[in-house]
Amino acid sequence: MGILEVKGVNKRFGGLQALGNVNLSVQEGSVHAIIGPNGAGKSTLLNVLVGKLIPDSGSVMFDGQSVLGRKPYEINQMGISRVFQTPEIFGDLTVMENVLIPCFAKRDGSFRMHALESVRHEKAIFEQAEAMLDDVGMLDKRGMHAASMSRGDKRRLEMAMCLVQEPRLLLLDEPTAGMARADTENTILLLKDIRTKRGITMAIIEHDMNVVFSLADRITVLAQGTPLVEDIPENIKGHPKVREAYLGEAQV
Amino acid sequence: MFGLERKDTTLFLVVIAMTMLAPFLLNPFPQGSAMAQFNAGYPDLMQRFVIFGIFAIGFNILFGLTGYLSFGHAAFLGVGSYAAVWMFKLLSYNIVPALILSVIVASLFALVIGYVSLRRSGIYFSILTLAFAQMSFALAYSVFTPLTNGETGLQVYTSDPQYLLGNGPNVTHLFGLEMRSTTTLHLGNWSFDFGVGYYFCAIIMLISFYVAIRIFRSPFGMMLRAIKSNQTRMNYTGLNKRPYTLAAFVISGMYAGLAGGLLACMDPLAGAERMQWTASGEVVIMTILGGAGTLIGPILGAGFIKYFENIFSKINDGVLHSWFSWLPDGIENFVVKVLAPFFGEGWSLSMGLMFMLVVIFLPGGLVEGGRRIGAMFGRGKADPAPAPKPAE
Repeated sequence: MGILEVKGVNKRFGGLQALGNVNLSVQEGSVHAIIGPNGAGKSTLLNVLVGKLIPDSGSVMFDGQSVLGRKPYEINQMGISRVFQTPEIFGDLTVMENVLIPCFAKRDGSFRMHALESVRHEKAIFEQAEAMLDDVGMLDKRGMHAASMSRGDKRRLEMAMCLVQEPRLLLLDEPTAGMARADTENTILLLKDIRTKRGITMAIIEHDMNVVFSLADRITVLAQGTPLVEDIPENIKGHPKVREAYLGEAQV
Repeated sequence: MFGLERKDTTLFLVVIAMTMLAPFLLNPFPQGSAMAQFNAGYPDLMQRFVIFGIFAIGFNILFGLTGYLSFGHAAFLGVGSYAAVWMFKLLSYNIVPALILSVIVASLFALVIGYVSLRRSGIYFSILTLAFAQMSFALAYSVFTPLTNGETGLQVYTSDPQYLLGNGPNVTHLFGLEMRSTTTLHLGNWSFDFGVGYYFCAIIMLISFYVAIRIFRSPFGMMLRAIKSNQTRMNYTGLNKRPYTLAAFVISGMYAGLAGGLLACMDPLAGAERMQWTASGEVVIMTILGGAGTLIGPILGAGFIKYFENIFSKINDGVLHSWFSWLPDGIENFVVKVLAPFFGEGWSLSMGLMFMLVVIFLPGGLVEGGRRIGAMFGRGKADPAPAPKPAE
């Protein structure tokens, strides 16, 4: 049994079968990549996993509990964090505050009325956030306005915000999309680092195969809403079905 | 001090000094001089400054932090006033039970209206709150006449039960301390009025302001700013925005109820017009004019608008003529004719122009203006805080 078990998931948008009988099992401690050409249903699958979409049929179990019908914040509280294609951060707040908020969410749950306490007196939370920023090399930017940072730094910050919650599963939606080569390589290094240091289970949705080959333990290839093959990276590269559906279509 | 950071403590002490010394600060011109009409240091007006200051401080907790623009906060103000007057009618003129009931009733009202309105955000939220407030206004004006005394307004009659009145005073009081009593200090040509009512309201405002600072600096306040900044990230960080926004809405409703109760404590009347949409709009303007999302902004905005409303409106044609009497007759008449629409009853025209100028050139409100002036004289910080986002 994997930590995340997707069984027989179907999702239809009008006449379009976005997901057709998708089965997926992500093992605890592994890095599982889901790749596929444009329109393969990768984003739809991700949106099902985080509670943004409810599938027409099928089940999604996380650690033995169903995630279906739960709101995104409830799913996060179960231990699933998400990194977006375009970094979603609190742009009006400082870098430090951006990391403090997930710390509070982890400790206090989805709501707590701590209106008269001072943020500054939360020593433990501050130390936790500082350690996290130090880890991703952003401690010197702690006082910066988050919106004013570069794209690469925003991605790094978003990653820190997810990691500081010590999620049991980290979902990444095309983490390098639209990035310059240097930023892409930095992000891959950061992910590898996270993997070796923290051993966090990751599911990566990716269009660019090269990004995930060096990173993933297992790869699922999705095409037209259905999983085509699932195997270790070495076997995926040369797989005839994958070549036909994916590599043959466009050399990326 | 007070469990606040140094910067906030300084700000708080400045506000304390300003409110305590207001009778002096607002009466800079000697009596009988031509400028005396610009004096604002009389208790009636000063009370309005601080009461509407409370209203705006509370509104800012919702609008300034979460960005949810309520267009119906006057409903809570009105409800607070009605609740207070009912306490005068039923118990006695003591203002303590009146204020307590004002806050409780307003918070219940805010809970119901907020619960429904906060299902939507942006313009739909604003429209929902506006609709609720106009509904409350219409109900208070007609259907609920037994409770609100309709268009006459609710007031205390000698036939009212007033079960706890006994031998107590027949005017509003705090355990015997009458709100209306005033001491006047004459110094040469100057005279300064110290009203009990003003000082009571001022102390309540200082407490409200202190609580607001604490909320701004709390984890809760940080969550509210996070809601304004990015609701998607908020949701995917495991935080439920609904109880946060509802709590902010209820807190700001309680501030409004307190302000409404204080209005009734200073003058035991309550009318439906207090709930009208113009009153809701006024608090929005106060907050934006002063600087939404800043601590001191709403107080400045409230003072500014109430000053204009009461002082500018007194400058009628006669006063203008006396100002320009040194001009030749024809020119004098012309100048007065040109200026008249901006003064007296036309005060709202000058106010509107000023509001437009502030919104266009100083999106951060008066607080940003102050910051820029400070920076010009080199006292400002090297990194000016980013201007708050314009209203959504």
